[in-house]
Amino acid sequence: METLKTISGYFATIGVAFTVGFLFMGFRRILTARVQNRVGPPIYQNLLDIIKLWSKESAINHGLMQHMGPAFSITASVTTLMFIPVLRDGNWFQNFSFEGDLIFLLYIMVFGQLGMALGAGQTGNPNSAIGVSRGLSQIVGYEIPFVLALTALMVYHETTSLHEIMAAQDSIGGWNIFVNPLAFVAGIIAFLGMTHYTPFDVPFAPAELASGPPSEFGGKYLGMMMTSGSIFAFAKLTLFVNLFLGGASNLLELLVKALALYLIPVIIGIVTPRFRTEQAILFFWKWPTIIGILSILWVVWMR
Amino acid sequence: MEINDKDTLTIVEHIKNFARRHSLFVLAYGTGCGAIEIPPTMTSRYDAERFGIVGRATPRQADVLLITGYLSVKTLKRVIRTYEQMQDPKYVIGFGSCTINGGMYWDSYNTIKVLDQYMPVDVYINGCMPRPESVISGFIKLQQLIKAGKADGWKKYQENLDWYRANQKKVIKNWNMPDYNW
Ligand code: SF4
Repeated sequence: METLKTISGYFATIGVAFTVGFLFMGFRRILTARVQNRVGPPIYQNLLDIIKLWSKESAINHGLMQHMGPAFSITASVTTLMFIPVLRDGNWFQNFSFEGDLIFLLYIMVFGQLGMALGAGQTGNPNSAIGVSRGLSQIVGYEIPFVLALTALMVYHETTSLHEIMAAQDSIGGWNIFVNPLAFVAGIIAFLGMTHYTPFDVPFAPAELASGPPSEFGGKYLGMMMTSGSIFAFAKLTLFVNLFLGGASNLLELLVKALALYLIPVIIGIVTPRFRTEQAILFFWKWPTIIGILSILWVVWMR
Repeated sequence: MEINDKDTLTIVEHIKNFARRHSLFVLAYGTGCGAIEIPPTMTSRYDAERFGIVGRATPRQADVLLITGYLSVKTLKRVIRTYEQMQDPKYVIGFGSCTINGGMYWDSYNTIKVLDQYMPVDVYINGCMPRPESVISGFIKLQQLIKAGKADGWKKYQENLDWYRANQKKVIKNWNMPDYNW
């Protein structure tokens, strides 16, 4: 009975993640449309796109690795999700979180993109190759402020467990966004890079690279990638809610906090043009990195 | 209840069909004069995204191929290759009188006249050039055809491939297409 409950909990987590993910993306499309003085698609448009892609009757592939790429990416998204406790307490949605999960997440979060890179490499499309090289360079850029921000939190709370970090932020005044504002700024700028929205969307630039890494992927492969994208978006948002906004004790609270956080990259994305790769990397290595180092100094000095 | 009994299957088909007609990824092959009508159709003034119509950059991801005007023989070769790279089910929309009967290029020495002989066209939009309103009404027509299950040009292309190939090779003299799988 217990096992059954645990297993259904995992599936429920994946279901919630997927639903929230595509609804948020639909919300982003509507918001973008409104800013551009348009009506925009219905909020469930991304679900329709995904169903449409899954029901395509042919899907070309150029070899084993192209077949594996999207599978890697969806595996990585689900694994990332499985190691993030979705709610701060209760039995549901705790998944596999363990002591030291933060370190593990640092590793697993880039796995999906590496899988995508391998898959895109097999297609032999030059646009994919350029997109992959840009994407991997950009990872090198934003991982540094991200790790610095996480290190600041780990030093401050003297733990590498997400649960304990959440437990330490028991009141609004104790949220890390207020206690460690510098770490939050560094983390959220790294988060902008992770979402791949403008200004950091140069790996996927549709008008320039024909959408970059996925340019040879059609049908079910693209559907798999979009599914994985929805799940991963939710996983990242939950991670940031847990880290900086004190986690959530029910799903509604989580949705509100995640949406508030999601608005930051979306709004910045709507009003900014695109950085070139080297501009993006230089940006990441300059301001957020400095802020991240300052946040560590601040934490060390505070303790 | 059995998973695959008749009723459930119909529901699945229903959902698939709904998704297919409300999510049309468009590859605009900007030939002829029509390419200039695509930006206003997609952007703020006419907002085709309302109907789930969004542009895509590569044939692999696209569902609808827009042929926006006259096709020279040289371009036809590229268009055929593009069309064959798209994944089924796929649809073609022909813009303007040039794709229907040659339009004002009917006696030109290097354009094709009737697009339907070289690839299956699901919807024609007449005009020279059709305005964004008629482009959108063409898309709505395509949605109706998909709903009725009549937008099956891609099946016709597979069934009558020999006929289409013969026609294509008749006009394209230097037929040295690379070997690729589609
Ligand atoms: S139909 Fe008219 S507008 Fe369209 S390509 Fe032909 S000449 Fe140009």
